[in-house]
Amino acid sequence: MYQFNYERPKSLADAEALLAKADDPKLLAGGQTLIPTLKQRLAMPSDVIDIGGLKELDFIRAEGDAIMIGAATKHATVANSADVRKHNPALAALAGGIGDPAVRHMGTLGGSIANNDPAADYPAACLALDAKIHTTKRLIEADEFFKGMFETALQDGEIIREVTFPHPEKAAYMKFRNPASRYAMVGVFVSKGPWGIRVAVTGAGQNGVFRVSEMEEALAKNWSPDAVANVKLPAKGMNADLHGSAEYRAHLVTVMAKRAVAAAG
Amino acid sequence: MPVVAMTVNGKPASADVEARMLLVQFIREQLGLTGTHVGCDTSQCGACVVHVDGRAVKSCTMLATQAEGAEILTIEGLAPDGDLHPVQKAFREHHGLQCGFCTPGMIMTAVDMIRRKPDLDEETVREELEGNICRCTGYHNIVKAILAASQEMR
Repeated sequence: MYQFNYERPKSLADAEALLAKADDPKLLAGGQTLIPTLKQRLAMPSDVIDIGGLKELDFIRAEGDAIMIGAATKHATVANSADVRKHNPALAALAGGIGDPAVRHMGTLGGSIANNDPAADYPAACLALDAKIHTTKRLIEADEFFKGMFETALQDGEIIREVTFPHPEKAAYMKFRNPASRYAMVGVFVSKGPWGIRVAVTGAGQNGVFRVSEMEEALAKNWSPDAVANVKLPAKGMNADLHGSAEYRAHLVTVMAKRAVAAAG
Repeated sequence: MPVVAMTVNGKPASADVEARMLLVQFIREQLGLTGTHVGCDTSQCGACVVHVDGRAVKSCTMLATQAEGAEILTIEGLAPDGDLHPVQKAFREHHGLQCGFCTPGMIMTAVDMIRRKPDLDEETVREELEGNICRCTGYHNIVKAILAASQEMR
């Protein structure tokens, strides 16, 4: 790890001030991606600003027909929340399937989506559930938030405060784990709700999470696993590596989508 | 350099540390508590698992400064008076180790898992061990030991 200054602001306002002042800062929430990145010297921030302990970012509130989750809320907290399990069991199951128990005790919702790893789970949930991402500056629709591999709409100095997840009528997330790393080779989140029908895919695309409109249209006509069984995705644009070819990943999207629709009921 | 202060196995511990010092380095190098192991150093193997405020975390993937004010429990703190913890006893009884390198992390993970899920079954134990790698045992006796300890601790 390169040297850096470490700051632990006492409030979100302090964190914003520190961000504005620093040369090349990085926010630290749970650190489950950032710390390995620093160890490999893939990042060299001047300042690491630790917002992981900010109480004002650590909450889960069910209000009306949505759940609001603070950006520094840990995966284990989301997975075990009675409110999330009741109103959005697919989201609770997704959070409970990230990494391993020790990672879930540290990793956060805000950290996951700000990092936008192409194999991360939360971006699929945000996109499929029409989530609203509230930052210190504005509200960003999930459709506008994820811009590509490790790229988001977040600007310098902008901090995620919370994410609003409207309750779905039906939803499920299915992932095919890489047998070694356990990251999603392909993860598919399907949902039906006030926003209509959405199918979001993580792990497969070279540009990160994406929606599959052909599957969404097929499910709108007929909500059943058979409806997506015949939608084949092209291999073009899919990730290819020693774990699986682009063709293999494209094939897995259809398989996981079928399973997700079946699980959503 | 930042000053970091925490409680480790019930005793206060503080030091000036480099911001980039990991919690596991603080535990091993500053405090000399070498029961916590560094296996992969990439947060996969779980040999470095300790409890921070009662929750199992990988101490190789946490900065020492992130543990400011926290209560840390390491393998040394499980049996402060020399009487083995029920999970330690069960690992001995069921031969839940061969070389022993992964054992501190396995045991800290097991204690955390039993606390969160008192009604463990085999499938759950295997799932919960996702973040702990053992290259000797094939996990069979580790799973047996954890199930036995969870019965014992009920």
